[in-house]
Amino acid sequence: MRKIWSIGLIRALIFQILGSAIGAGLLGLIRLAMGLSWKTEPALVVGGFIGAIFFMIGIGGFSGWWKMAMGEDVPEAHDVTEPEGIRRYFGFSLDHKVIGIQYGILSMVLLSVGGSLALIFRTELASSGLQILDFVQFNTLVGLHGMVLIASILMGVAAMGNYVVPLMIGAEDMAFPRLNAFSFWIAVPATVLLLSAMLFGGFETGWTAYPPLSVRGPMGIQLFFAGVYIVGWSSILGALNLIVTTLKMRVKGMKLFVMPIFAWAVLATSIISLTATQLIGLSFQLVMFERLLGMGFFTPSNGGNPILFQHLFWFYSHPAVYIFVLPGLGIISELLPVFVRKPLFGYKWVAMSSMGIALTGYLVWGHHMFTSGIEEYLRVPFMYSTLLVAVPTGVKFFSWVATLWQGKLRFPVPMLFILGAIIVFLIGGLTGPPSGTVSTDLHLHDTYYIVGHFHATMFGGFIFPIFAAIYYWYPKITGRKMNDTLGKIHFYLMTPAFLVTSFGQMQIGMLGMRRRIADYDPTLGFDTSHLIITIAGYLIGVSVLIFFINLIISAKRGEVATGNVWQSRSPEWSILPSPSPVHNYKGMPFEVVGEPYDYGLEGSNYVLPVNQTGQAD
Amino acid sequence: MKHIVIVVILVILLTFGTYALLQGIGLLPAQASAQAVTIDRMFNLHIMMISFLFSLIIVFMGYSIIVFRQKKGDEGFGKFFKANNKLEIIWTILPLGTVIFFSYLGAISLAETRNVEPQALNVDVTAGQWYWSFDYPDYGITSDKLYLPVDRQVKLSMTSVDVIHSFWVPEFRVKQDVLPGENLVKELRFTPTEKGEYTVRCAELCGGAHAYMNSPVIVVDDAEFTDWIDSELGNLPQDPVSKGKRLVENNGCLGCHSVDGSPSVGPTWAGLFGSENVMLDGSIKEVNEDYLHTAIVDPNFDVPEGFPAGVMPSNYADLFSEEEIQNMISFIQSLK
Ligand code: HEC
Ligand SMILES: [Cu+2]
Ligand SMILES: [Cu+2]
Repeated sequence: MRKIWSIGLIRALIFQILGSAIGAGLLGLIRLAMGLSWKTEPALVVGGFIGAIFFMIGIGGFSGWWKMAMGEDVPEAHDVTEPEGIRRYFGFSLDHKVIGIQYGILSMVLLSVGGSLALIFRTELASSGLQILDFVQFNTLVGLHGMVLIASILMGVAAMGNYVVPLMIGAEDMAFPRLNAFSFWIAVPATVLLLSAMLFGGFETGWTAYPPLSVRGPMGIQLFFAGVYIVGWSSILGALNLIVTTLKMRVKGMKLFVMPIFAWAVLATSIISLTATQLIGLSFQLVMFERLLGMGFFTPSNGGNPILFQHLFWFYSHPAVYIFVLPGLGIISELLPVFVRKPLFGYKWVAMSSMGIALTGYLVWGHHMFTSGIEEYLRVPFMYSTLLVAVPTGVKFFSWVATLWQGKLRFPVPMLFILGAIIVFLIGGLTGPPSGTVSTDLHLHDTYYIVGHFHATMFGGFIFPIFAAIYYWYPKITGRKMNDTLGKIHFYLMTPAFLVTSFGQMQIGMLGMRRRIADYDPTLGFDTSHLIITIAGYLIGVSVLIFFINLIISAKRGEVATGNVWQSRSPEWSILPSPSPVHNYKGMPFEVVGEPYDYGLEGSNYVLPVNQTGQAD
Repeated sequence: MKHIVIVVILVILLTFGTYALLQGIGLLPAQASAQAVTIDRMFNLHIMMISFLFSLIIVFMGYSIIVFRQKKGDEGFGKFFKANNKLEIIWTILPLGTVIFFSYLGAISLAETRNVEPQALNVDVTAGQWYWSFDYPDYGITSDKLYLPVDRQVKLSMTSVDVIHSFWVPEFRVKQDVLPGENLVKELRFTPTEKGEYTVRCAELCGGAHAYMNSPVIVVDDAEFTDWIDSELGNLPQDPVSKGKRLVENNGCLGCHSVDGSPSVGPTWAGLFGSENVMLDGSIKEVNEDYLHTAIVDPNFDVPEGFPAGVMPSNYADLFSEEEIQNMISFIQSLK
């Protein structure tokens, strides 16, 4: 018992359950005192939020700050002794590497949950008619699939940022270790809330939760809102930490324009998360209030305007797309030179294109609303700004191609995923402009074409790159390599399967298949296409399962790899041993003496241990 | 240099190949409106552009993968070059020009699809969970089918009684969301150019039976259209059962109730009258006129077992006159 209690996660979950009950009970009592009867919906909301706070108390998220407030001595993060072994991954660790892995595990868990939800409704869609689901179940699954995977992506991005960035820039840890741990752990009760929407009636609105639909109907939507709201905190705080870390904690000699390109990508992403996430939180909060307190923000019969919600929602949710893909594109730019054995072409342009995408990303949200009935004069300017995104994105593609040109390409598993990422992201990118010009979007909006298009951007911009990143940095984490054969099976199964789903979706979408319908008209002749898409979807599932098996068995049985496995110039490979030691570069001071990607430049180094500076080795 | 020549030739070949393939597999449904012609022209431009850019990147990548792969035992580096500002500027400016030009073409294309003709036929569209209803204010007709004369522009003025829906007929290409709220009536214009039967499909997730929110759209020639108007106006039977039938057809009841016994959101009306109905609280009630009257004006008073409360709209007492309610009851009665 004692032993179980000492596992932070379990303690915290028990706290969360207790807290939820206390919150709900308290609200019931207050209502009773006011002469009102029991109502489940407000109790769920209040219980949900109190439960999340209790979770944080249970995990110990407040104890450091509490002690500081009480004037007690609190040790610096690097002086805190943490439990050894597997157990530290289940508690409130302050080490950025542990937190990075925690984020990674949460991301992979959510990836499998979100993916499985998709397989359930893909099974329903395999043929026309309603077979295994009813409308509410179908809509709940579709909405949760979307949001659970968004959470998974946010966690995955944070995982890469947390684990890799401090190592790359030679920092001892993140700028604010306690805040960092807090950002991770707050996401756990948030995902619990999000998933529990299924238990309380589900919701019918899809992940976009447009009112007035979200103002009516099952109350599961409240838990969905609460979950997203809290994941938003995690995202904002995590971003703040990454920005300060990259700007302030780089090792001696590492000017902004010689830091690894991935750090640029994470910086650009974090700027968006820090400043845009509030808007989705706000829009969901307003609907929450509208449901609970009858405030008519978005319902016309109460004086509200449903389009206002869409503006607020997309002001985050479009830039969010770049939060998801910029780190992935950063991974592509980071890993390509290593496997091409040649410099990254146009480093500065690639770095600036990330910033350019982040900036233009703020100006294009209206393209989700071309058919929604926004003011006529808004549509054309939003079309111009939307197509503008193609310019910095183009710079990236051209630079990657120029990097490949006349290299000496090696094809270990991470490189396969990088090449897959470029191809899939290319398809995602090229299918964007038809939905960016207004007249063609009048046809495409809310069809499977859009579904195919954004799944290609998400796979190319996140899923492929994060798999590449995991295969690539796995030895850094464990001191062992992942199995090559299984990795190749994963790649050669997932890539064609994905292309089939994506092309299939786009094609039936153009022909008239609407989004988010549980059943479709058999006379449209989409049955075969849907069956093929479903089968391909299952194959993606199988390939990811193979990946998970590989991930787990290689930790014990993988080939030992402690040195600079990929012959990279980056400090986390060329200076640090694998698995990376607890205090990073402590006892191994180094400084930056050259450029990061000068592969093939005679006698050049990117980083050198301090005592040898100046001498080429 | 040799490499570049080969690659350029391959890019050209693949561009044409991809374009032919994309055109060949048939990506768009039949073209049945003037707007569809304009929009498809824009699609065609996009497909050309996509074919070219796809080939450009894929050929360069594929060529590098095959030709520049590491030879066995060669642990050396690739050719050392790392930046070329001239190139970077070219591939920033050229795309910039292209996207501005595309936006310009897009704006023209949009303007063309929104072309206004003064002679347009007016139709007021009402959407609700989960039905469409079409009013022809110039003729005083209400119908659950959208009849349209060919080659004449139609102007839809659309509003919703509950949540957001979206009007879309794939063969006409254009789409417009339908919003609730008196001041948010949205307009959509198009000119059908091919006679035939189409379907309007709600394109915005509106809960529950969204998938089934479809209604027929029938495009006929002028003479047939006039005939239809006449028959709607003149030959409408005026007995209570037929009046009731029209009422339930035009007010969305059939979005939730079937008249042939098939399952739906609400109970079927086939054989309902005179049956013994089990209530949610276990009691058994006989379905007679009084029961039906209460069921329509106060749906949550008696909730039959197996169906959700609070789904059927509860404002019918305000929407219908007593006579209209009696007519609907007569119609349900006729289905026993
Ligand atoms: C949004 C869906 C919906 C619409 C639209 C709707 N109903 Fe219903 N109706 C239901 C549901 C669900 C029930 C069963 C639960 C209840 O009684 O509230 C029901 C029950 C009924 C019953 C009682 C049936 C029985 O077996 O007891 C009648 C009669 C009825 N509706 C008539 C109408 C009429 C007439 C209209 C149109 C003017 C209409 N309904 C429109 C959903 C709907
Ligand atoms: Cu967008
Ligand atoms: Cu709908």
